[in-house]
Amino acid sequence: MTVAIDRATGKRRGDRAPRPGLGQRLRNSYQKHWYAYAMIAPVLVVLGILVLYPLAYGLYLTLTDANSLNTARTIGVNEIEATYKFIGFDNYADILWGDTSYDRFWSHFIWTIVWTAACVVLHYSIGLGLALLLNQKLRGRTLYRLVLVLPWAVPTFVTVFGWRFMLADGGIINSALESLHLPTPLWLEDTFWQRFAAIMVNTWCGVPFMMVSLLGGLQSIDASLYEAAEMDGASAWQRFRYVTLPGLRTVSSTVVLLGIIWTFNQFAVIFLLFGNTAPDAQILVTWAYYLGFGQQPRDFAQSAAYGILLLGILIVFTSFYRRWLNRNEQQLAI
Amino acid sequence: MSTTTAQTSAAATEPESTQHKPRRTRRRGETGLVGALTSHGVLTVASLIALFPVLWLVYLSLGPDKDDYLHPGRIWSKMTFDNYAFVLSDTNFFDWLKSSLIVSLGTTVIGVLIAATTGYAVSRMRFPGYRKFMWVLLVTQMFPIAVLIVPMYQILSELGLIDTYLGLILVYCSTAVPYCAWLLKGYFDTIPFEIDEAGRVDGLTPFGTFARLILPLAKPGLAVAAFYSFITAFGEVAFATTFLLDDEKYTLAVGLQSFVSEHDAQRNLMAATAVLIAIPVSLFFYLVQKNLVTGLTAGGTKG
Repeated sequence: MTVAIDRATGKRRGDRAPRPGLGQRLRNSYQKHWYAYAMIAPVLVVLGILVLYPLAYGLYLTLTDANSLNTARTIGVNEIEATYKFIGFDNYADILWGDTSYDRFWSHFIWTIVWTAACVVLHYSIGLGLALLLNQKLRGRTLYRLVLVLPWAVPTFVTVFGWRFMLADGGIINSALESLHLPTPLWLEDTFWQRFAAIMVNTWCGVPFMMVSLLGGLQSIDASLYEAAEMDGASAWQRFRYVTLPGLRTVSSTVVLLGIIWTFNQFAVIFLLFGNTAPDAQILVTWAYYLGFGQQPRDFAQSAAYGILLLGILIVFTSFYRRWLNRNEQQLAI
Repeated sequence: MSTTTAQTSAAATEPESTQHKPRRTRRRGETGLVGALTSHGVLTVASLIALFPVLWLVYLSLGPDKDDYLHPGRIWSKMTFDNYAFVLSDTNFFDWLKSSLIVSLGTTVIGVLIAATTGYAVSRMRFPGYRKFMWVLLVTQMFPIAVLIVPMYQILSELGLIDTYLGLILVYCSTAVPYCAWLLKGYFDTIPFEIDEAGRVDGLTPFGTFARLILPLAKPGLAVAAFYSFITAFGEVAFATTFLLDDEKYTLAVGLQSFVSEHDAQRNLMAATAVLIAIPVSLFFYLVQKNLVTGLTAGGTKG
């Protein structure tokens, strides 16, 4: 058996001189790699059954007019056969440029982009600020750190309800604003304030993760770099700009990507904060859920089509992001 | 030499240069009084913001009446643990807890077991299709719930698995498995290759190396992966809300929502339940959180 541990250098093996025949190559490759394939087989099988098959089935559904009235279902003892039919790309066409597509798709699309950008910028900047503060020699910083992690420690589906009580009309936030003679917006009813509240709550939930990861990044920056910068007379800002930020590059790029994906897919915050009451504050994910499960009749085909579109957006974005990150490196990591 | 030191420290610690005291040498990382006060101020405010919604929930949970959240002042005089007693004795709380634990533990066990060998394989071996496989693992993790929820609903109802724990566990595995594989790869990458080589030299097969040498060393990594899948499954809302119909089978995330319906809003009970859920979960979280971030970001940065 050949040893195929490559030390993960990503280098191609050297022996490329005479190309053996196809059968020989297959046999070699089998001998060299069979245990690698055996090891990934369980995951391949699970992904095939649980992801690829539903995905293919979902793709097929988007090409039909399936809804809860014409899919197979059982009512009492009667089994009703599925009667939906193939309609090609009509669903996509309808979503993207059909009548009222602005209200149904594009307005949610724009709001989703704004939501993602605003949340991630806030997460990152607040998280970085707090991480910088916690990275100093400061009395009681362990205590601060423990308290600041709290929003992450408590499950989101719990804290969102806490926020709902606070934001309710007559809740503590409006009472406080009123006692200060400030306007008291209808947080859970008015579209603009719904959006504002959603961003606020999600920021509150998401900052601790950024803070802790960036703190880890800060602590791994070599202290001698700061020493050298000081010797060269760099100001605090210059040290931040030319030592801290580049030192955080790898951590930042990962957490920002994760943050963007998570925020884009964030379901719990908006769903639990508003339920079905706020059609205009729904981001694409919750809107797709609403189409498929929050209304009668349930529009399965459109909902699945939204899902596919969302996945498409994410894949395109991620591949560009990674390409952009790796622009200076020879080898593309994935 | 001494002049140089004075100059650099003056430049480096600009905000404090206004203090005209005889100055003692300050080490790097130490801040002056003004800086320290500002830091403490900002951190205190941030801590209060982080703490307040949770404390508020605890406070409201002590009010006996369901509209007390609108009149928080009144709670102070009539504080009681009645809500907790009621939730524990007269609601399905323990059923929900049981469902949550079954589903989350099921997902965790399956996820970690299946993903462990894969994490090792992608950490140590390069095989044709490696890039594509890693790409699939990455993409599967970022599936929005909207992609799978409709086809899964159809498939599970055809199989009669709607409203069963198994159905929900299977759905969660679709994200937990690639996720664990990714996390574990990150952890295996930190275990030196020399250990594998030593095992191979001593005549172990790749499977033997994995099972006898690497797996025992990777216990912390396995724990992080397990914890992560547990917490993700525990806090999942969308699938659980849609796929569980019977209110005795609800997970906690669904059960908590059921306190507020169109006709009735028992917010005091809801708050008490929320606190009951939050306490053990956050304690557990604090125990393991240190390992959590390293595990998560290691997988990503090493791509």
